[in-house]
Amino acid sequence: MLARRVLARRPLARRVLALRVLARRPCDQAARVVIGTQRSGNPPVRVLLAKVGLDGHDRGLRVVARVLRDHGFEVVFAGLRQTPESIAAAVVQEDVDVVGVSMHNGAHLTLAPAVVRALRDAGLETPVVVGGIVPDVDIAQLESAGIVAVLGPGASNDEVVAAVRNAAQPNH
Amino acid sequence: MSGIPLEPVYGPDDAELPGQFPYTRGPYASMYRSKLWTMRQFAGFGTAQDTNRRFKELLRSGGNGLSTAFDMPTLLGRDSDDPLAKGEVGRAGVAVDTLADMETLFDGIDLGSVTTSMTINSSAAVVMAMYIAVADRTAVARTTLGGTIQNDILKEYQAQKEYVFPPRPSVRLVTDLIRFASVELPRWHPVSVSGYHIREAGSTAAQELAFTLANGFAYVEAATAAGLGVDEFSPRLSFFFNAHIDFFEEIAKYRAARRIYARWMRDHYGAADPRSMQLRFHTQTAGASLTAQQPEVNLARVAIEALAGVLGGTQSLHTDSYDEALALPTEKAARLALRTQQVIAEETGAAHVADPLGGSWFVEALTDELERQAEQVFVHVLESGAGSMLEGVLACIEDGWFCSEIADAAYRFQSKIASRQWVQVGVNGYTEGDDGKTPILYIDPAVEDRQLERLAEVKRSRDDDAVRRCLGRLANEAADPTVNLMPALIDAAKAFVTVGEAMHALESVFGTWLEPSFV
Repeated sequence: MLARRVLARRPLARRVLALRVLARRPCDQAARVVIGTQRSGNPPVRVLLAKVGLDGHDRGLRVVARVLRDHGFEVVFAGLRQTPESIAAAVVQEDVDVVGVSMHNGAHLTLAPAVVRALRDAGLETPVVVGGIVPDVDIAQLESAGIVAVLGPGASNDEVVAAVRNAAQPNH
Repeated sequence: MSGIPLEPVYGPDDAELPGQFPYTRGPYASMYRSKLWTMRQFAGFGTAQDTNRRFKELLRSGGNGLSTAFDMPTLLGRDSDDPLAKGEVGRAGVAVDTLADMETLFDGIDLGSVTTSMTINSSAAVVMAMYIAVADRTAVARTTLGGTIQNDILKEYQAQKEYVFPPRPSVRLVTDLIRFASVELPRWHPVSVSGYHIREAGSTAAQELAFTLANGFAYVEAATAAGLGVDEFSPRLSFFFNAHIDFFEEIAKYRAARRIYARWMRDHYGAADPRSMQLRFHTQTAGASLTAQQPEVNLARVAIEALAGVLGGTQSLHTDSYDEALALPTEKAARLALRTQQVIAEETGAAHVADPLGGSWFVEALTDELERQAEQVFVHVLESGAGSMLEGVLACIEDGWFCSEIADAAYRFQSKIASRQWVQVGVNGYTEGDDGKTPILYIDPAVEDRQLERLAEVKRSRDDDAVRRCLGRLANEAADPTVNLMPALIDAAKAFVTVGEAMHALESVFGTWLEPSFV
């Protein structure tokens, strides 16, 4: 509901894009919606937020979507049950600057590197930020797999914003 | 401790008493004096063999109820060899693919003498059928099976998001199990209407209370529409609430829940049996209140939350382990969590007197206010359903209302933390002293391979014709909403049909569900 209201204020071109995505959503993945306000000056950083795998804990992802929106980012909310491949496809379609994936299922060491690989296989250099329950000792392994930042439980709004902004830096 | 004689309950002469309508003060007259709450610790990881060992350890250390956590593929009705299961097999719970796993899981445990709780929803009917098959094959009478299966699909669409089929056929599966249990499993609780996950997803206490009760009433309407009398099944309905850190509000929430439920069951649904009006509930301390920072502090949080559950009159309790914001609990952390309950039960005296906070002006006012807020939600849901709670809940799922209400509340709370209107110790205040050295449980990655071998072995040794027959029958019966699917599912379990195969057969008739687009 919220998303649709925000959507209505967006410039026409982007609205059409978002609606197009809604209209032809594939049957095996949830529709994406875009939230955020267009600001004057530099174009906003576009962030794709997704849960990857079967895990349905989306509280963190939804809170992060609102936090980023309120800090001037444009959020493409892909939501639940995404695969590395569906994320890469969405990044191509939506011209995204940063990918944020949220994981609470203990499968981060398998799935997060798979997201990076799927992006690279699609010829994309898009940085990936991981949020959720990730033990400290796993962070180095994720970083060596190409994850640019890991946000653990209790990360503050400022830390989330800084991590995404830094991740987008080369492009902005 | 000092020998002052205690009454079982206190209050003025005209006070409402526990065990009396509307049960604000407790479902039973003597509460914990006659029966302490069940200390039920949720456990499950790795293979069935790994979890079986943890179960036996819990029983040895004085736990008296088992509680099973399944891994994500099992919860979503997918087999361990499903491509989407990769990386998740045995991670966040135990992997169950076939009856063989279920038999290993409960090996050496007498199903007729323990009570078992199974936390599973979209594939609940399939897994329950396997549990019944284990009992049948070990000559345990179905009538002696005691326990609870969560089987609460509505809150999945609202909060936990572990759904497979669309809401309507899912409610039919829930109803089938209720009908089956009312005849065959007199000691079983076929639904545990759960607010826990709604709260964990970020709702307020009032939303948890209201959405959960609305879901409960929706099941009552579904079961009566399927032809059951309200007093035939309602005594076996149970609830599951969160115990969060706002101590008095939580106690008031449990009291309000009992009162609202009693009134609605009697006045709206025509219940006549007092047991149909007595809300009984399980409590779990709030995982979302635990912090990864200075995790030992979580021991204090859990103790306070558990005490709220006890003072609020819970029938069973799970205390979280202090390391759960980091990973699944280690054995030591799980034992400390159980010990916390034992301290409350044995040392604090909290169990001696029923509803010890009844009559507190503060707690009574909070109870009234939460009831008022819940009734407001019911008005909205009933309007959405043209007077039916079941239709209203389905409508509010379909338009995303529950989800956005919960996500908005989660964001409001996060904003309070960001602005330090709410201080969370170790997170946005008192942050010094975190040594970051808490040992955590590691799941051996070889678990996935072991489970895949096991599944392959079962598939090799079973009778493929029998499997095909069972799956054909399932699809046929799924297409006829008047047929109860439980007998077909039990026969399928005994033929070693996998969870994934049974779910696919149902999916071919029911279809799948996509969440409406919203943030």
